[in-house]
Amino acid sequence: MAESPSFFSRVWLSWVCSLRVLFDAEFARRVQIARSTTASLPAAAPASRRRAKAKARRAPARLKDEDDATAQKPAAQTAALREQARRAAALQLLGLLQREGRLIDFLQQDIAKFDDAEIGAAARVVHAGCRKALAEHAEIGPVRTEPEGERITIESVDPAAIKLTGDVKGAPPYSGVLRHRGWRAASLKLPTAVADHDLSVLAPAEVEL
Amino acid sequence: MTEPRYAVGVDLGTTHIAMAAVDLTQPDQVDTFEVAQLVAPGQVESRPLLPSFLYFGHSEETGLGLPWDAARSFAVGELARIRGVEAPNRLVCSAKSWLSHTGIDRRAGVLPVGAPEDVERVSPVEASWRYLDHLAECWEAERSRGDESLALAAQEVIITVPASFDAAARDLTVEAAYAAGMENVTLLEEPQAALYAWIEAAGDQWRRHVRPGDVVLVIDVGGGTTDLSAIAAVESDGMLELHRVAVGDHILLGGDNMDLALAHGLRARLETDGKKLDRWQLGSLTHAARAAKEAILTRSELDQVPVVVPSRGSELLGASLRTELTRAETERVLLEGFCPEVESSARPATRARTGLTQLGLPYAADAAITRHLADFLTRQSAAARDLPGLENASASKSILCPTAVLFNGGVLKSDLLRGRLLSVLNRWLEAAGASPVRELPGTNLDLAVARGAAYYAMVRRGRGLRIHGGTARAYYVGIESPMPAVPGVEPPLTALCVAPFGMEEGTETKLPPQELGIVVGEPVRFRFFGSTVRRDDSAGTELLSWDASELEELAPIEITLPAEGRPDGEMVPIHLRASVTPVGTLLLEAVPLSPVKPDECWKIELSVREQA
Repeated sequence: MAESPSFFSRVWLSWVCSLRVLFDAEFARRVQIARSTTASLPAAAPASRRRAKAKARRAPARLKDEDDATAQKPAAQTAALREQARRAAALQLLGLLQREGRLIDFLQQDIAKFDDAEIGAAARVVHAGCRKALAEHAEIGPVRTEPEGERITIESVDPAAIKLTGDVKGAPPYSGVLRHRGWRAASLKLPTAVADHDLSVLAPAEVEL
Repeated sequence: MTEPRYAVGVDLGTTHIAMAAVDLTQPDQVDTFEVAQLVAPGQVESRPLLPSFLYFGHSEETGLGLPWDAARSFAVGELARIRGVEAPNRLVCSAKSWLSHTGIDRRAGVLPVGAPEDVERVSPVEASWRYLDHLAECWEAERSRGDESLALAAQEVIITVPASFDAAARDLTVEAAYAAGMENVTLLEEPQAALYAWIEAAGDQWRRHVRPGDVVLVIDVGGGTTDLSAIAAVESDGMLELHRVAVGDHILLGGDNMDLALAHGLRARLETDGKKLDRWQLGSLTHAARAAKEAILTRSELDQVPVVVPSRGSELLGASLRTELTRAETERVLLEGFCPEVESSARPATRARTGLTQLGLPYAADAAITRHLADFLTRQSAAARDLPGLENASASKSILCPTAVLFNGGVLKSDLLRGRLLSVLNRWLEAAGASPVRELPGTNLDLAVARGAAYYAMVRRGRGLRIHGGTARAYYVGIESPMPAVPGVEPPLTALCVAPFGMEEGTETKLPPQELGIVVGEPVRFRFFGSTVRRDDSAGTELLSWDASELEELAPIEITLPAEGRPDGEMVPIHLRASVTPVGTLLLEAVPLSPVKPDECWKIELSVREQA
C-alpha cells in the first residue's frame, strides 16, 4: 500500500488544494464529495508493475520526509499557509503575464523617452501575449450586456457587481445610463505550481553559453 | 486480463499528441482527455494538445518536476517545446518522422541529433514510448489514481499512425506502446480515424452526406506531415460499406513549413533594413508570423498585421524589431508556395540523392501540396475500379475522381487553403469529365483523429460502420538471381510478392511455392519493397521487371534461423508466410520445409538498418 504523505508534503498539498478550491469549482466539488465520503474510500492500491518499473529507472524522489520534531506545530501554521497560498496565486499570475506577454518588462521600463510608434510596437507584444494568456486561463465577460451609453433599468442592486454613481438616492428600481459595462471573471484557472518551485522569480535571468 | 473500462484513442502526431476516451459502460460519448504537462518551469497545466517534444534538462536545471515525480529531469510537452528553442541540442522533436526513417537504426539512441555528451540519447522508439508513458502518468493522476484495473495500460488503446506508415514503422509504434506497458493496443490509420470522427460528429445525419458510389478523399495536413487517403462507399447486399482503397506516400511537409516560409520572408525584409536576427529571434519571428497568419486568414477585414519580434533583454521598448505581414504576401506564400495551381499531370520535384548525407530527415523536396495530390490521384487512378457502383470515381483513365473531400489537420482550418485545394481539384475533375467534389462539413480538425480513434473502439464492438481496407501496400522480397560475376553489373533482381495488397487484420496468406535458402545460425538479409499501386499480385507472384514508381524500397528484412539441432552453416529451405495481426501489424515468418519440431517458424525482423 502507498505510504501516506509526509507532513511537509501535506503542508504543500494543503495550500495547493486551497488554491484550487478557490479557483476551480469542479475541484472544489470533488473535495466536497471526498470530505463527505472519506470513511468509505478504499485504501490506495499498490503501484502498478509498470509504474514501479518506471520509478526504478528514474532518480529517487527529491521530496524527503523531514525531521518529525520540526513537524509538530500545524495549528500555528494554518493562517500562514493561507497567506502563502494567496501570495503564490498572485505571483503565478504575474509570472504568467510576463511569460506570455512580457508585462513586467513593459511596466518596469521608463517609457517617457520613447515615441508613440515604439510604444505601440511594444504594446502589441504585451497585448497579444496577455490577451492570449487571459483567454486561456480565465473566462471574462461583461457584467451587463447592454451597449454602453444606453439607458437601463435595474430592479435590484448587487453592490459588488453594480456601482451607482451621480445623483445616487431613492430605492430600486433605478433607471440610469450604463457608463461601463463591467467585467466579471466567470472562472480563473491558474497552472498548478509544482512543489518547492520559487514563484517569486517572475522571469529567470538568461545566460547564453 | 480484466475487461477494459475505457477505450482510449491516441493521436501520436509528429508535432502534437491528443487523446480521447470512451467509457465502455456508457459507450455513446467520446470525451477529449486533457493532458497535464509543464507549461513553464514548475507550472503544470492540462491542455487538449501535448506538443510532441522531449527535452532533457541540464544537471543544474530545476523546475522539471511533476506532481507525481518531483525529481524528473526531462520534460514532455509545452515546456519541452519552449526549452527546445532556448537549448535546441537537448531537444528531441519529430520522433515520429524518425520512426519511419528507413535510413537509420530506429532502436539506436540517435536522438537528440548532435546532442552534447551529458544528454541522454534515446531511440525514435523510446522517444515515442516516453510520450505514451507521459499520457499513462497523466491518466493515472487524473483517472485511475492507483486503481490498477483503470490504469491506461489496462485499457483498450487505439493508436493512430499515418496511412503511409510502412510495416516496419507500424511494428515500431506497437513496440513503443508495449514498452509503455500497454498490452491491449490496436493501430488505426489517421485518415480513417478522421473519417470516423466525422461520422461520430455527424450522428445519424452522415448517411445523407455519404452515399454508395462516393469516394471520399481525406486530405490530412498536420504540423509536419501530409497524409492522403481515398475511402470508397459501396452498396453490398443493400448495406453501405466503406473501403479504404488507396493511401499516399509519406510526405514530410506540413503547417510548420508554412510558418517557416512566412518567417523567412519577414526575416529577409528585416535584414535588408540592416537588422540581424539570432536564432532565438528567428524562433520568436516564426511564432509571431504564425499568429499574424492566423489573424489574416480568419479576419477578412485585415490587410496587414504588424509583426513585432520582442527584444531578448528586459527592455521591451527601443530594442524590439517591427515589420508587417501583408495579406498579399500571406496569400502568395501559402497559395503559390504550398498550393499552386498545377495540372493533374504535375509531379512533385524530387531531390537527387547526394553521396554524403548528414543524418537528417527526408523532408519533402517539393513544398507544393497540390503536386503531391496530383501525383497521388494519378498513381491511384485505378484504385476504385474493382468495386461496384464507383463509375463516377473511375470515369477518367488518368486520375482517381473523388466525389467528396474531408479535410483534417490544424492547417486546413484556413478557408483560403481549403478553397484553393477544392478549386484545383475541381479543375482537374472537370478536365477529366467528372463532377465537382463536395466538402464534408468539418469537425474539430485538431482533435478529430484522437476522437475518431476512440470511436473506432465502439465500431469494433459493432456500434457503427467499419471501414474495410487491409494493408495499404503489397510487400516484396528482393531475390538476386544467380549469375556469373561481371564487374560493374549488378545481378538481376526478382521481386517476390510475400504479402498481397489489402490483407485484412487477422488473415494470413497461403504459403507461396517459392523456396528460399537460409543459412543456419547467421543473419541473412533480403532487400524489401512495398507497393501502394500493385493491387493484383498474390503471394508468390514474381516480378522480373517493374516500373521504378511502382515499387518503393524499404528497410531490408533480416532472418536469423536458430540451429535447433541443425548443423551450423547448413542451408535450410524455407517458405515465407505473411499474416496481419489483430493489432494491425504485418507479421512475416519463415517456415522451414522440413521442420525439426511441430509448427516450427521464425519471426522475421522488419526494421533493421539499411546497409551503407
